[in-house]
Amino acid sequence: MRSAKAGAAVALAGGVSAWLFDPEGPRAPSASESDLVTLPDFSVSGLDRKLSIIQGADRVKSLDVALKALGGIEAFVKRGDRVLVKVNAAFATPAILSATTNPDLLAEVCRRCLKAGAASVVVTDNPINDPESCFSLTGLREAAHSAGARVILPRAGFFRPTTVAGGSLIKDWPLLHTPFQGVTRLISIAPVKDHNRSGASMIMKNWYGLLGGRRNIFHQDIHNTIKELAMMVKPTLVILDGTTTMMTNGPTGGSLSDLKATNTLIVSADQVAADAVGATLLGKTVSDLPFILKAVEAGVGTADVESLRPVRASAV
Amino acid sequence: MSIVTVRRISQVFFLALFLWFCVVSSLGVESWQLRGWPVSWFLQLDPLVALGTILTTGTLYANLLWALVTVILTLILGRFFCGWVCPFGTMHHAVGYLGKRSKTLSEEIAGNRFHPLQSIKFWILVFLLSAGAGSLLALGIRQGFRSSPLLWMVFGGSIVIAALALGGMWGDRRKVGAVLIGLVGFWAATGFVFGGERMIGASLQTGLLDPIPLVYRSVNLALLPLADSSTHVLSVDQRYYEGAWLIGVLFVAALLMNLKIPRFYCRFVCPLGALFGVLARYSLWRIGKACSDCIQCGLCEQDCEGGCEPLGQIRIPDCVLCMNCLDGCKHQIIGYRTAPSASGEIVSPNLSRRGALMALASGVAVIPAVRLGGQLGANWNPGLIRPPGALPEEEFLKRCIKCGQCMRVCPTNIIHPAGFEAGLEGVWTPILNYRIGTSGCQLNCIACGHLCPTAAIRPLTLDEKKGLGTFEPSGPIRVGTAFVDHGRCLPWAMDRPCIVCQENCPVSPKAIFVREHYSTVRAGLVSVKSVARGRIELAERPFRPGEIATGDYFLAREGLQDGNRSLILENSEGAVTVQANGHAVPEPGEKVHVQVRLQRPQVDPSRCIGCGICEHECPVSGRRAIRVTAENESRSRRGSLLL
Repeated sequence: MRSAKAGAAVALAGGVSAWLFDPEGPRAPSASESDLVTLPDFSVSGLDRKLSIIQGADRVKSLDVALKALGGIEAFVKRGDRVLVKVNAAFATPAILSATTNPDLLAEVCRRCLKAGAASVVVTDNPINDPESCFSLTGLREAAHSAGARVILPRAGFFRPTTVAGGSLIKDWPLLHTPFQGVTRLISIAPVKDHNRSGASMIMKNWYGLLGGRRNIFHQDIHNTIKELAMMVKPTLVILDGTTTMMTNGPTGGSLSDLKATNTLIVSADQVAADAVGATLLGKTVSDLPFILKAVEAGVGTADVESLRPVRASAV
Repeated sequence: MSIVTVRRISQVFFLALFLWFCVVSSLGVESWQLRGWPVSWFLQLDPLVALGTILTTGTLYANLLWALVTVILTLILGRFFCGWVCPFGTMHHAVGYLGKRSKTLSEEIAGNRFHPLQSIKFWILVFLLSAGAGSLLALGIRQGFRSSPLLWMVFGGSIVIAALALGGMWGDRRKVGAVLIGLVGFWAATGFVFGGERMIGASLQTGLLDPIPLVYRSVNLALLPLADSSTHVLSVDQRYYEGAWLIGVLFVAALLMNLKIPRFYCRFVCPLGALFGVLARYSLWRIGKACSDCIQCGLCEQDCEGGCEPLGQIRIPDCVLCMNCLDGCKHQIIGYRTAPSASGEIVSPNLSRRGALMALASGVAVIPAVRLGGQLGANWNPGLIRPPGALPEEEFLKRCIKCGQCMRVCPTNIIHPAGFEAGLEGVWTPILNYRIGTSGCQLNCIACGHLCPTAAIRPLTLDEKKGLGTFEPSGPIRVGTAFVDHGRCLPWAMDRPCIVCQENCPVSPKAIFVREHYSTVRAGLVSVKSVARGRIELAERPFRPGEIATGDYFLAREGLQDGNRSLILENSEGAVTVQANGHAVPEPGEKVHVQVRLQRPQVDPSRCIGCGICEHECPVSGRRAIRVTAENESRSRRGSLLL
């Protein structure tokens, strides 16, 4: 009996060893292609060359005029669409300092999407400062909630690796992906800000907030990085808020003296054109901002604003 | 409803309340987050916190007045706090039940017998309080020496006692030697305290073992982060606390001891229980026997939580008022009443005068000993960054009870329990760590000081923190200063553009500014072969296509001044295309430099507040290329940097 037990134990140990035997040992770590995710194309065909540039100090009125000129939000958001709004919530500063997306503008956009029949609107960003504080202090959380939208704060598990097709920098890099599940429309709302490294932080730079990991290493080649971000994301509509422009001390600002009233709201389906218009608010030209030229070269959009025949109007 | 049921309801209620306070101690807009809940209330009820800070600072801070309620109730009722309120006591109580399940009646009774070592808690109490009382003693002695009548009285008294003692020596008295030695010791100690006053200090160490700070610390820093790690209901992402493993291990060890001896911590260790024990001798109501016709069945000691022997002479300082003996006594002899027990009672703690003196002396002596490292003087640790509003280090150590409330509430999770960074006496006091967490210290956040129960971190207003309004002359609160490590910084050491730190600096104007510098890249001195409309063919082929076309590289003619550089728009291996710039077009055969435009970060110490956002964001992710140390912190002049 005892020898039977011993025999069984030997057989079990031998079997387990044979089963788990690994003569090669672990290989060098490598990214498996199958894990990679990419974002779908959110643009609406036929409407991708729409641009309106509206003058006015009241964002909500400007937005109304801008959208009317483009055929209304209904042209972009249909009944049953699930909308994701990418805001710039980078810093835990109050809305009045204009370092982040304006909450009134966000609320108005969310309301209009829902009114147009959107099934859901989620608002997200992976900010630089503490996410919870950012969304609270900027007023963006309250604005989203008041309009009936949902805020998704980034968590470690929400990021999946992505590689930008045709790019060379953003490779196997964590992308804020979970909030995009089921999303059919993407709207970006960003303020116009001074940015020392890239020259300006507007719509294309705003996609930086979709990256995770220790993304700051991308600052070494900021212009190509912004180009690749623009290649990575094909939005439905972008809203570049130049009602107040941060002229100095960007992108954090921190003082009202860093701001200037420039009274311009740019609503566009072409993100490059939006940035090209925004550059003028900072007193810059397209050639001052290499990332715009690079994005044009990559075929993301056009910097020849007039070729889009923009609607210019005043909302007073 | 029996009194024991009422006690259980009370225990469950206060434990639930405590856990609720732990849960809501977080910033946010959810209904279950901070909404004016008195989350530090248990700490404020704790008379050991109040007494400790009174000894160290001579004041009773704001809501610590709540401790008076506990003291008064204890003087009326006895150690009710231990048996009815204390959340840590309730946890011990519950774990103790588990330990009892397999025991026989006689084993249970034996386990609840009084143990002489239960007096250790009184030693601990005296030791911890006297560690905080050093400067008070020194002050008292100094005042004594200042007022000469008092000095002469003590001196005269000493001579009389010495004479009597010497006289008694012929009478062969046993205590005489001890009295003489005591007098010599007293005068020697007085001389030491008076002369060594600079070393004698007050350091509040009660929080190490005081059960209320201990249970706050353990639940908030160890239990909640673990419990929430899979659900993330309480925090958006995982909370981390450096060294929390030790806090957790001690907590679990204290709880597991109950399996061996019920309420082990309360009986042997708890300094708060010891303090209540001292007060309980004056309490009006006590447990005791009504008459002496007791058959000594021993059932009253079956579930006795305090190990206070209600069967014989009840030990009032050890009785935690669990009331189990009332339920256990089948003859209704034991009651809770104002008359003393019929079988007698022991009202004073089991602590000899000699023991108390020894604990006192070692408590007073231990602080100068741990300060021998000089960390409060020239050897101060620049890595010790305290939260904004923290008092100067000496004052801070007089108040901090290591409860961890600041660490719990910090929205960015950058406040951590210190190891030995603040010396032995600073274990588990708050220290900032800018690598863990979600950002640096947020400019518009003042949460930590508002939760601090003892004002070791002062409650600041936003105006004071940011140096606005009436605080403009003194400027913002600084917790340290950022220093750029030129050996690690990408633009300084590696010719790579970056300036993430400058961008993220939250103050306006930014404390980090940049100096532009053009640096000729490695293999960047090249000769021009031919020039045609902005396209320049090179003799060498040192570059990968696109490598120097990122918008940061320029072609510069040798020997020419600034302004004669042109931006490189495109490059192949052996050719570059540059933006048109009349003066900068080189001639064939000329040597030209390929230069990278760097913006090198500089810190303006008059603007830097040490918030550490730059350190948190620095892309050199291991040992950061910009790091904050405590130089120039507002709270002390010791490390001031500027004129």
